[in-house]
Amino acid sequence: MPLPTPLSPGRPKPEPTPETQHFWEGTRRGELRLQRCDACAKVYFPPRPFCPACASRKVSVFAASGRATLHSYVIHHRKVPGFEPPYAIAVVELAEGPRMMTNIVDCPQTPEALVLDMPLEVAFTPLDEQITLPLFRPAQGDAA
Amino acid sequence: MIRPGEIAIVGAAESTRIGSVPEMSQIMLHADAALNAMADAGLKPSDIDGLACVGNMFPQQLAHYLGLVPRWVDGTGVGGCSFMLHVRHAAAAIHAGYCRMVLITHGESGKSRINATPRPAEPQSLSGQFEAPYGPFGPPTLFPIPVLRYMKTYGVTHEMLAMVAVVQREWAARNPRAAMRDPITVEDVLNSRMIAYPFRLLQCCLVTDGGGALILTSADRAKDFPQKPVYILGTGESVETTMVSQMEDFTSSRAFRVAGPTAMQAAGISHADVDHMMIYDAFAHLPLYGLEDLGFCERGEAGHFIMARNTAPGGKLPLNTNGGGLSYTHTGMYGMFALQESVRQVRGTAPAQVPGVKISLCHGVGGMFSASGTVVMGSERP
Repeated sequence: MPLPTPLSPGRPKPEPTPETQHFWEGTRRGELRLQRCDACAKVYFPPRPFCPACASRKVSVFAASGRATLHSYVIHHRKVPGFEPPYAIAVVELAEGPRMMTNIVDCPQTPEALVLDMPLEVAFTPLDEQITLPLFRPAQGDAA
Repeated sequence: MIRPGEIAIVGAAESTRIGSVPEMSQIMLHADAALNAMADAGLKPSDIDGLACVGNMFPQQLAHYLGLVPRWVDGTGVGGCSFMLHVRHAAAAIHAGYCRMVLITHGESGKSRINATPRPAEPQSLSGQFEAPYGPFGPPTLFPIPVLRYMKTYGVTHEMLAMVAVVQREWAARNPRAAMRDPITVEDVLNSRMIAYPFRLLQCCLVTDGGGALILTSADRAKDFPQKPVYILGTGESVETTMVSQMEDFTSSRAFRVAGPTAMQAAGISHADVDHMMIYDAFAHLPLYGLEDLGFCERGEAGHFIMARNTAPGGKLPLNTNGGGLSYTHTGMYGMFALQESVRQVRGTAPAQVPGVKISLCHGVGGMFSASGTVVMGSERP
């Protein structure tokens, strides 16, 4: 698996909280961790220690498949610290259901290349020693 | 339950100047608009006993600045539609007897940024952890994120989304206070500078300085004021999420679907009763979402509805008749200016006056679809 394009410095860095620690530990270890409600089976994101559908506190963390499809995006054309324009700010729909914001790597940042509903796979990309971001890239055939 | 028309707007004004106002700090833009609204209603600060404005610790700053002694305050801040919520809350407070005369203010030094509210990065917030690392930089990169999904779902074209800006410029051309008044074409819009695909410069709101203020009291007292009362017929509000990536549905706003119908039901009106409409247009897709989520158009039909000039001058549903956030003004929280235009249209004093407006519906959005507020106003008490 080729390493995704290294990230430019200046990108905003997330600071984990007690409720999100497991997510960021997961990305550092190459796992995309979601949560599932033990009571109603709802899979949800972003992390919180209770189910937003039924309010149960009995929830489990599990490793998602890392497969997703491209749900929507914009391509930003202005200079922002940590980013080289034009770059797409995307929302992907994970195979397990939840959506998340991300960037699409290993893909031209153009409307022609970024086709809605295209299959994607997670590409864990270190920001620094503490934080690894779950970026996504076009799915690599059946292996995805 | 509060009945339609029980509360009225008896004072309304914008800041003396809008657009570029480098001679005023943000708090003075609030005060300038408040003084103008008090003059409009023939009131003094000592007549005001309720105050609503946006901001953490701001109601007390503004009360002191204006010399008010409120017995009711509201600092609700849910983005640009906060003022629709203030109207709703103020109406309830007056109805409950908590206060008699409420001043609602907005002031924002969005362009000159004098004493403007800082927007700190919050890397521990959910947005800071799960959106900020991917490069969003202000509303132009966040608000339009659902648009491509909406376009694909309903076959909405770039031309339809350009036409929103064209039609609103036609309205702005009739308004001497509008910032942008020169006619534009669909081609002009589609050739303007790309900001965040699919949106170009002319599909994004202006960034200006300005303010506005409203004064509300009970309808029983409203006839004693110099201006024709504008009655509050119904209101609605809701919130969804500050994270645009977590919206339930990218083709529709849940907050719109709650706030809009709540207001229309409270007012006891149907779509055909609405003579004039404002839909907060921070970006070109918002009028489409508003028309559909409030049931004025079928799903996916709003683009065609605007292309067919239904919302343009002479159309059957005049919309954003001041020119909107795209062409009139947009300080950052535009909702106050949408409310001001509804008041003018119901009073019959708008620069681009629609003949015979009896009912105006004013629909607001807050921060990237995170919130919504709707106010239905009428020229008569039912």
